[in-house]
Amino acid sequence: MKRYSLFAIAREAFSHHQGWERAWRSPAPKVAYDAVIIGAGGHGLATAYYLGKNHGITNVAILEKGWLGGGNTGRNTTIIRSNYLQDPSAAIYEKSRSLYETLSQDLNYNVMFSPRGVMMLAQTHHEVRGYLRTAHANALQGVVTEFISPARVKDLCPILNIDGPRYPILGALWQPRGGTGRHDAVAWGYARACSDMGMDIIQHCEVTGVRSENGVVTGVDTTKGFIGTKKLGIVVAGHSGQVAQMAGFRLPVESMALQALVSEPIKPCMDVVVMANTVHGYMSQSDKGEMVIGGGTDGFNNYTQRGSFQHIEETLRALIETFPMLSRLKMLRQWGGIVDMTGDRSPIISKTPLGNCFINCGWGTGGFKAIPGSGWAMAELMAKGEPGPLAAAFDMGRFREGRFIDESVAAGVAH
Amino acid sequence: MLLLTCPYCGVEAEETELAPGGEAHLKRFGPGSSDDQFEAYLFARKNPKGVHFERWRHAYGCGKWFLAARCTATLEVFGTYPAQTSGPPDDIIARIKARRPDWKGFA
Repeated sequence: MKRYSLFAIAREAFSHHQGWERAWRSPAPKVAYDAVIIGAGGHGLATAYYLGKNHGITNVAILEKGWLGGGNTGRNTTIIRSNYLQDPSAAIYEKSRSLYETLSQDLNYNVMFSPRGVMMLAQTHHEVRGYLRTAHANALQGVVTEFISPARVKDLCPILNIDGPRYPILGALWQPRGGTGRHDAVAWGYARACSDMGMDIIQHCEVTGVRSENGVVTGVDTTKGFIGTKKLGIVVAGHSGQVAQMAGFRLPVESMALQALVSEPIKPCMDVVVMANTVHGYMSQSDKGEMVIGGGTDGFNNYTQRGSFQHIEETLRALIETFPMLSRLKMLRQWGGIVDMTGDRSPIISKTPLGNCFINCGWGTGGFKAIPGSGWAMAELMAKGEPGPLAAAFDMGRFREGRFIDESVAAGVAH
Repeated sequence: MLLLTCPYCGVEAEETELAPGGEAHLKRFGPGSSDDQFEAYLFARKNPKGVHFERWRHAYGCGKWFLAARCTATLEVFGTYPAQTSGPPDDIIARIKARRPDWKGFA
């Protein structure tokens, strides 16, 4: 792989930029691999990357039904934060956020991590108490957050109306090293690094069945034929239930549509991420100038990857008191992704009833921020066969034993 | 936007008038059941990509719970029926089979 650098740009300029090599190869699948990962989204590619980097396993294939990063990795609002209440969540999301800090250097690919700060508004007294509690918990967990005053909120984000009649801003939970990243670049950067290690990324290759012998996985049937493997990782987000069914087990997961939208591009007016969980909306401004806006899920089972009109209206109606300038903005486009929601709204990184088959799913509405940490923990689980400290609490057995990681309460609603 | 006909009051209600309630026909397990049964009742869901039986409440109408058969891959609605039943009625099953010949049936 030729490294990207200022010198590379200068060197390639001499040949009219005709000499750039493809970022990743598109090989035909081999007969068998040491490990196969289903799903070439952020989480799947990160899993493969850390399998190679941390554990030296590079005879790996990553199978993708569609195109690389075309699922939820390409459909989110790119928010990165780790201000969670529960210890296991704080640990994995903070690991992830800290990996994002140096991911561009690590991958030699600019993922445009922008630690511009994430602000979660407290607009009811209940939320004030909740976020004070989270701030104290974060202090114990080593996650840098603080509870800030309305005046500081206004100072950090002047376009906010802090004196709304219905939802005045009473303070905010502020994580100065949270922010945003370039979602496509995260997938592309990991893909390039994986390909460089000799891993095969096979796109347009849908898994149609999982084969096993004596309760241990032996390979997968795909639209490009049978591919044998010693270890299988299922990292397919919204379609986890489908693949789990092929592997012969059920998941505590329901798939729903979550949508987001962007406005027409405007001049820079907001250099932080703002989340308003009481009214259920969150917003940041992209480098292109669009206001990137997200809301809640549709609430019913859905695989269609499209949203519904009333949720756009609901989200904007909710945000307009807090962001009065939105009333004059035209919305440019919207999109939907299929999120996999678990019973306690926390992910699953776990062994499965099938031997040497592992699953990473249930990231629900908050998967993008977790990509590096999730891959790190999943790679450790796949390499050693047992979960490491980051993944241990996220096993499937917690639903049976009642060890919930109850973030649906802790995080308000939006992830 | 989804349109579902409330089987009680006959109103063709828009999605905004309704509240979703998750998978229908769950078999309840309580005291005396095994841990696996109780876990499955609380958390395991079919979550099919295709025909799905689900609970809805006519929240901003008559307020009653009813059941619907719907395709999660296309959002096509096969029909709605009252909730006082342990399985989908025959006419709904027939309608689904007419539209989805390869459907494996309610199990």
